[in-house]
Amino acid sequence: MQKLTFKKGIHPNDRKEQTKTCSIEVLTPPELLYFPLGQHIGAPIEPVVRVGDKVLMGQKIADSTAKMTVPLHSSVSGVVKDIGLYLHPSGIKVPTIVIENDGLDTPADPINIWHIDLLDSDEIIQIIREAGIVGMGGAGFPTHIKLSPPLDKHISRIIVNGAECEPYLTSDHRVMLETPEEVLEGLLVVKHLFPDAKAYIGVEENKSDAITLLKQRVKAYPGIEILTLAKKYPQGAEKQLIYAVTGQEVPSGGLPMDIGCLVLNIDTVSSLYRALAMGQPLMRRIVTVSGNLVEKPGNYSVRIGTPFRHIIDSAGGLKDEPAKIIMGGPMMGVAGYSLDVPVVKGTSSILLLSKEEARVLPETPCIRCGKCVDACPMNLRPLLLNAYVLAEQWDKCKKENIFDCIECGCCSYSCPAKRHLVQSIRVGKQRTKNHR
Amino acid sequence: MANSNVIVSSSPHIKGKDTTRGLMIDVLVALAPALICGVFYFGFRALFITSVSVLSCLIFEYGWQKLLKKPVMISDCSAALTGVLLAFNMPVTVPWWIPVIGAFVAVVIVKQLFGGIGCNFMNPALAGRAFLLASWPVLMTNFVPPFTTGFKLSADVVSSATPLAIIKTGTGFEELPAIRQMFLGNIGGCIGETSSLALLLGGLYLILRRVIKPHIPVAFIGTVAAFSFLFSRGSMSAVESLGYSVFGGGLMLGAFFMATDYVTSPVTTRGQVIMGVGCGFITFLIRRFGGYPEGVSYAILLMNIATPLIDKWCRPKKFGYVKKKTVKQ
Ligand code: SF4
Ligand code: SF4
Repeated sequence: MQKLTFKKGIHPNDRKEQTKTCSIEVLTPPELLYFPLGQHIGAPIEPVVRVGDKVLMGQKIADSTAKMTVPLHSSVSGVVKDIGLYLHPSGIKVPTIVIENDGLDTPADPINIWHIDLLDSDEIIQIIREAGIVGMGGAGFPTHIKLSPPLDKHISRIIVNGAECEPYLTSDHRVMLETPEEVLEGLLVVKHLFPDAKAYIGVEENKSDAITLLKQRVKAYPGIEILTLAKKYPQGAEKQLIYAVTGQEVPSGGLPMDIGCLVLNIDTVSSLYRALAMGQPLMRRIVTVSGNLVEKPGNYSVRIGTPFRHIIDSAGGLKDEPAKIIMGGPMMGVAGYSLDVPVVKGTSSILLLSKEEARVLPETPCIRCGKCVDACPMNLRPLLLNAYVLAEQWDKCKKENIFDCIECGCCSYSCPAKRHLVQSIRVGKQRTKNHR
Repeated sequence: MANSNVIVSSSPHIKGKDTTRGLMIDVLVALAPALICGVFYFGFRALFITSVSVLSCLIFEYGWQKLLKKPVMISDCSAALTGVLLAFNMPVTVPWWIPVIGAFVAVVIVKQLFGGIGCNFMNPALAGRAFLLASWPVLMTNFVPPFTTGFKLSADVVSSATPLAIIKTGTGFEELPAIRQMFLGNIGGCIGETSSLALLLGGLYLILRRVIKPHIPVAFIGTVAAFSFLFSRGSMSAVESLGYSVFGGGLMLGAFFMATDYVTSPVTTRGQVIMGVGCGFITFLIRRFGGYPEGVSYAILLMNIATPLIDKWCRPKKFGYVKKKTVKQ
């Protein structure tokens, strides 16, 4: 079988054994849920409820009239307890709506169930916006914006990202296995918007059960193809995925749509389905809870707004004080310092690492081994970028294409001298930008 | 409750297992078969010279770093590796102070004065050897046949010409050892260079462990082989010429263990191929037209100096820079 892939990259131990056979478990929402207002990229939103208001499950609690934004919904029914500054997973305090759960899950009515054939594109886009759907891989780009490219961009390929190349993560894998129809139906919605585009679901070879299942189910969905991708990190990075599927490179500084591609996350696509066919706004997401400190690692269907601590407790608690709390994968995720933060739309996983796993070795001098060069999927020379950043040579950083770095972490991972390459590049990008 | 014991650091949160120290130890392990062969053919004195060299390198590095109040980094094993390579590049007959001086030049002058590990522009062991060869040419080329030395040197052993030296003269080819003996290492030469078999085993180990990539050694050996095949000397057949050039000197040691030195070789794959071919070509030129029968070390040193240039030329083709036309209409 042909396995598609990109050039370079790395092969970290995928550490998925802990959770890949764990069916998605639906968690009972806690008493208090926290809804930070900043869960997407774009214009800020304002609360549309006040303290003391009664809210229903799926009711909109914050919105804005700006185009580049999405509303936020309550994931439970209850009462607005407070609106104030609370800790966001990114580590800063942001305006947050706190809702006390009444445990009844009274749905907001009316629930609209749509039939896509009876809707035109604008209506579909509007429904997607109203459902508050963003890219669920982490960044939180509003999906309705992604789905309405400028008229001069012709979308010819829709690629659903089932690579899930980050170690530990298995939530997309479980979604594909347990609700393949939601993924396929969701993709149909996108296909409806771009009728002459080809649609693909790319899955890494280590999820062979999902590939087999999808291949079987896809027979009922003409125009969708399931592709097997080689197991390699960062297979799921947008540019690398597009290269693997199409053999084309997204131009430097450009967007996938510049070469007619549209990439969507698995969980995003199934949310599209739930928004249209079930009238459900984005209220829950699948979170992988893993790491060697978790008593019961697994995949959980969690209401947005649930504090990490509640999820961990439901997962049997911790064996020890965590040395590191990571939101997202271990390669690109963000380290936090508290468990008292809520799940937001972009929280794909919570990893709790022990001291041993989280140990940071001291930096030693670069020995010019070239391992970072051999690993960089963007074909950069991280050792030079690192040296230029440390020497504050911003012009040279620009010449060495610092802005092409996708911060995938392959270079830092491979470096025997344990140099903090990505970290320095991140700083370097900021400084180079300011320098101009 | 913010937990103060939690480490908040930048991604990636997991790292590969490679460490500088681990890689250096792997190279030392890969050199073990060659050391065993060296001791087998040249007696315990081979071990003695190697130990003196390693110890001197460690002491000089430690002393320098203490003296300048820098962090002491001898545990990264790079100085130990330099010591082994330095000893492997001298005949077993050298007096004990030769490796000590070599170690001083290698570690203090070539490595530390330029800023320590990662900053030297020439392979320290080879630069040390080149210094010794220029200063004590007789001592450094006093090769004896195998099985004639124990721990002590016996006075009546006659030094012998290495196969490459015989070839250099262009006559007396009947004195050449059989290629099979050369492959095993049963010939005169430097302590660590004679057994191609042992070095090949070590090189293979390094490639399998992904410590080095095959590009430099393959390009290096391939180039030497090709040229000696095409330009054989006197009555020698092309195949014999190839055999003697490839197995008869320091090529295996140089190609697998010294031209691949990270610090002094290019970082891109393309640059590494250029490095290998360049080394091979210069080796051939020196052996054929130069004043020395052996050219591997100087070839590598010259290419070390060219490495910054090669790195400048060989920028990898960055992702996303093809077909500019599709960017904007
Ligand atoms: S330089 Fe950037 S793109 Fe290249 S490996 Fe490092 S993080 Fe990834
Ligand atoms: S991997 Fe690390 S030590 Fe090797 S060249 Fe890159 S920065 Fe230097």
